[in-house]
Amino acid sequence: MLDVDLWTLLTIVALGLITVVTRGFFFISDKPWSLPGWAQRGLQYAPIAALAAVVIPEIVMARGQLVDTWQDARLFAALAGMAWFSWKRGVLGTIVAGMAVYLPLHVGLGW
Amino acid sequence: MFFLPQHRRYEEFWEGVRDQGSVAMGISAWGLMTGVAMVKSGLSVAEALLMTFIVYAGSAQLAAVPMMVSGAPLWVILAAAFCVNLRFVVFSAHLRPYLMHLPRWQRLVSGYVTGDLSYVFFARRYPKPGQTPDELARQQAYLMGNCAVNYVGWMTASVVGVVLANAIPTEWGLGFAGILALLGVLCSLATSRLRVLSAGVAGAAAVAAWALPLKLNILVAIASAVAVCLVIEHLDPKRSGGHRGA
Repeated sequence: MLDVDLWTLLTIVALGLITVVTRGFFFISDKPWSLPGWAQRGLQYAPIAALAAVVIPEIVMARGQLVDTWQDARLFAALAGMAWFSWKRGVLGTIVAGMAVYLPLHVGLGW
Repeated sequence: MFFLPQHRRYEEFWEGVRDQGSVAMGISAWGLMTGVAMVKSGLSVAEALLMTFIVYAGSAQLAAVPMMVSGAPLWVILAAAFCVNLRFVVFSAHLRPYLMHLPRWQRLVSGYVTGDLSYVFFARRYPKPGQTPDELARQQAYLMGNCAVNYVGWMTASVVGVVLANAIPTEWGLGFAGILALLGVLCSLATSRLRVLSAGVAGAAAVAAWALPLKLNILVAIASAVAVCLVIEHLDPKRSGGHRGA
């Protein structure tokens, strides 16, 4: 249980370097340059696009397909979370409201 | 770096702590399930802990572990992790003007600890890089406040997940709390029509391109959403006005 395979350790360290290189990709060089104006304007749409790209498939897809049933706890949990957000604007409340709908449907009814 | 005391002098550090605190529960649930998944996929407890502390990138860890266990070549594993992390390359392009006043090692450590939501909160809070050293320092303090909470919450939960892997039922789907956290933040960013459009295009593209390997659908989705928004901005500059917060 506490055994560490040497090759695995090397892989883990290399993966840590990948994290540093990707998250700091454009911080590595000291040379002065800046993005062209269109790219700077475009990046203001990147945060919400990145979130939507991660979140929406996790809500509407199952096993690589769009869900083909409404009996899916995630759909109702997402609706409950968004309803909470439009009412109270809090992210913590969005999580709690969503899970309060998700767990009974998913664990209780198996949706 | 969030461990530098100089950041804590600024109220912006604590503002970042509070903002990230609103999603800490979701991030922790995600970290917990990532810890569980690493052990259940075949890493030993010690290996999973090392991975948690060194790699610090949940989606890359989840992609890499099954490949490591099945004995894939190192370069394949690293290429996969790089692709899964490509969105961070985009984020670093965005953050560059905010961080270039720092020495290189501080920039790289800052980048290393800046996960998805720390970046998103930062970009939401500061549409433009600071013009003075004081403004830049306050922005950096805000970023590090976010990163501190994200780091502590993620690490703690991951360690619990690794240690208690066999006691935590994966079928409950607790990791969905992480998705709900992102969903809440997504709603908070939807402050202009073009941003809503960006989310819609990205979501649709991510679903349509789902079959791409290595989560490349995320990159395709970001690129399509940004491109569509830029084109619409160009055709109808009036509409691009009125961004609250960026």
